[in-house]
Amino acid sequence: MRAPIADLPIVLDDVSLLAGGVPIIDQVSLALVAGAPTVLIGPNGAGKTTLLRLAMGLIRPTHGCVTWGGRSDVPPTRRAIVFQRPVMLRRSTSANLRYALDAAGVRRGARADRVDELLTLVGLSGFGARAARSLSSGEQQRLALARALAKEPQVLFFDEPTANLDPAATKAVEDVIRTVAARGIKVVMSTHDLGEARRIAGEILFMHRGSIVEAADAARFFASPATPEARRFIAGELLV
Amino acid sequence: MAPDVSALQLVLSGDPALFAIVRLSLLVSLSAVIGAAVIGLPLGAVIALMRFPGRQLAVVILNALMGLPPVVVGLLVYLALSRSGPLGSWGILFTPQAMIIAQTILIAPIIAALTRQTIEDLWVEYRDELAAMDVGAAGRVATLLWDARFSLVTALLAGFGRAAAEVGAVIIVGGNIDGFTRMMTTAIALETSKGDLPLALGLGLVLIAIVVTVNAAAWGVRRVGERIAG
Repeated sequence: MRAPIADLPIVLDDVSLLAGGVPIIDQVSLALVAGAPTVLIGPNGAGKTTLLRLAMGLIRPTHGCVTWGGRSDVPPTRRAIVFQRPVMLRRSTSANLRYALDAAGVRRGARADRVDELLTLVGLSGFGARAARSLSSGEQQRLALARALAKEPQVLFFDEPTANLDPAATKAVEDVIRTVAARGIKVVMSTHDLGEARRIAGEILFMHRGSIVEAADAARFFASPATPEARRFIAGELLV
Repeated sequence: MAPDVSALQLVLSGDPALFAIVRLSLLVSLSAVIGAAVIGLPLGAVIALMRFPGRQLAVVILNALMGLPPVVVGLLVYLALSRSGPLGSWGILFTPQAMIIAQTILIAPIIAALTRQTIEDLWVEYRDELAAMDVGAAGRVATLLWDARFSLVTALLAGFGRAAAEVGAVIIVGGNIDGFTRMMTTAIALETSKGDLPLALGLGLVLIAIVVTVNAAAWGVRRVGERIAG
């Protein structure tokens, strides 16, 4: 493995992202620290995915800066992301994992055991020889999660991981997310599913129009949201 | 006897002269495809992934080179390999090696241009995943080439089709020497001009059969591969 570099805390300092002059993310400042899962909620188009991509380092802000463990030039060796529609490499399930382990710098001799371990962790034992692209959406999501875990991340981002999944597949993915969080990996997840946010979150970041409108402990947020936007969102009203 | 009947007889009787020409044609064209693949696949992938000044111009030139006239390639290779040319000391003009070089130059841009387009399209899909996995530049090229392998078979087939059907370049640098550099296409042209239509037609039949067989085999490999790898 590569020498570990601390990614936490992840700090976004007055971060904005403009697209065609329009702010997608508008002057966001926040610190992601070790602890219970942080869940970004908000209506579609609020900027949740973009914020995750900024925090992952996949895109650069137009204004402000993002730092990982106090540095702005940290490659993503200790942070990983599971996308809403993960891309399965055109090879078998276990070859997808071997690829991720290789990218993470795991030596060849140790890969076979790690593949078995990761497949077991995400409930895909026995799927190793199957073509990754032939797996169901839920299974692909869990394989993507296993692939993300290959680098033993400190921080794991999930972008709407259960969107378009049936309840059984959603439960399977959520179970793995809870297992991962229980192992001490910082989970940062976006969702517009309030039920999922209640089940997973320790902390809620409520986003609207590219800004974090409210940040609170999950129990407190759902019991007594402080902002009118959050109250309306929880009540199921459309936020435009 | 009608020319088409005697042509078929030539093919079915395993005429040694005819099959010597077929063997050489396959050797030259397949060697050229291998050489062009070694050059064109990575070149296309690198142009697809790299951002550098003049990249758009490079793409336009690469696409334009797909229509490279074979006689011009033949002429340039002839000049390079002729006794007074920069590579004259190699002494390979009017040999199969010269024909392989000419065909490689002719089809490498085809393979590179088609690879560039295929890899660029795939990169849109893979970019975030590979960036998140912190895969380096060489790893990206290798990954995309491997994952696009079934689509890239089409690029190789296009190159093979061009090489197998080509006559202008190989006749200039090979000289169409009987028993040494005579290929199917050059032989067809020669025998037709001499009025030996059965041999020309026989060669034509074999050429078409080879192209169809290679394409069918590639299609089969692609289908089986896609079923296994997804």
